[in-house]
Amino acid sequence: MVPLDHVIGLSAVLFTIGVVGVATRRNLIVMLMSIELMLNAVNLAFIGFNRMWPGEPGAIALDGQVFVLMVIAVAAAEVAVGLGIVISMFRNRDSVDVEVVSLLRW
Amino acid sequence: MTVPAVLFYAFAALAVLSAIGMVVQVRNTVASAMSLVITMVALAGIYVLLEAHLVAVIQIMVYGGAIVVLFLFVVMLLNLRSDDFGPARQRLVRLAAAAIGVFALTWMLRLFSGLPEAPPLPEGFGGYREVGIALYTDYVLLVEVASLLLTAAIVGALILAKRKID
Repeated sequence: MVPLDHVIGLSAVLFTIGVVGVATRRNLIVMLMSIELMLNAVNLAFIGFNRMWPGEPGAIALDGQVFVLMVIAVAAAEVAVGLGIVISMFRNRDSVDVEVVSLLRW
Repeated sequence: MTVPAVLFYAFAALAVLSAIGMVVQVRNTVASAMSLVITMVALAGIYVLLEAHLVAVIQIMVYGGAIVVLFLFVVMLLNLRSDDFGPARQRLVRLAAAAIGVFALTWMLRLFSGLPEAPPLPEGFGGYREVGIALYTDYVLLVEVASLLLTAAIVGALILAKRKID
């Protein structure tokens, strides 16, 4: 099996791509997708570390995988609410460009 | 190299390439969503290689199925045109983002190098039985909180997307 370093390295690369996506794109939908990518990178790190410390026979440790399931539930909730915001923003401003909604910017 | 290692690097390359494609794809939001699907499925393959079988199945069902379909649904509902967006952020912002990205990447890679070898697995690790037992005994409170959260999210999304609040 591959060394765990490479799993965590892949997780770091994916997280960085997500951060750059959120920082550079102006399309709110793609920004939400980049946030999903970051959450997935964290999930991969959880799975990798759980593979590293799997417990023993009779006392299997699955905390990492349980946390991944919780992160997936939170991500689903976040996408539902975020896309609701996108729809109401498009309805009011006729665009999903984040530069258009700058009322609260200092 | 063994077969799992080859598969891992293939899935990793696929995930990274399609993630980059998702971020740099500026014309077409549907193509971004499709790249996201490819990343999710490649990650599910890696989860299988890391012996997290139930999580891999749920990854494909929830991310590859529900979440990306929701994205596509909204993109097609809004009927976005490619010229809706002006030029990307200013060059300074993009440079700063790239610099922060490279810095964070090298820092994380240095932090997580030299990890020990993975130990042999106990029987049943990552299967639905063991994960289910963990979910409904030690973490039953978390499951209840997650169900509450999802209910609140459904109600919130409905209210946000409603045309007019009475």
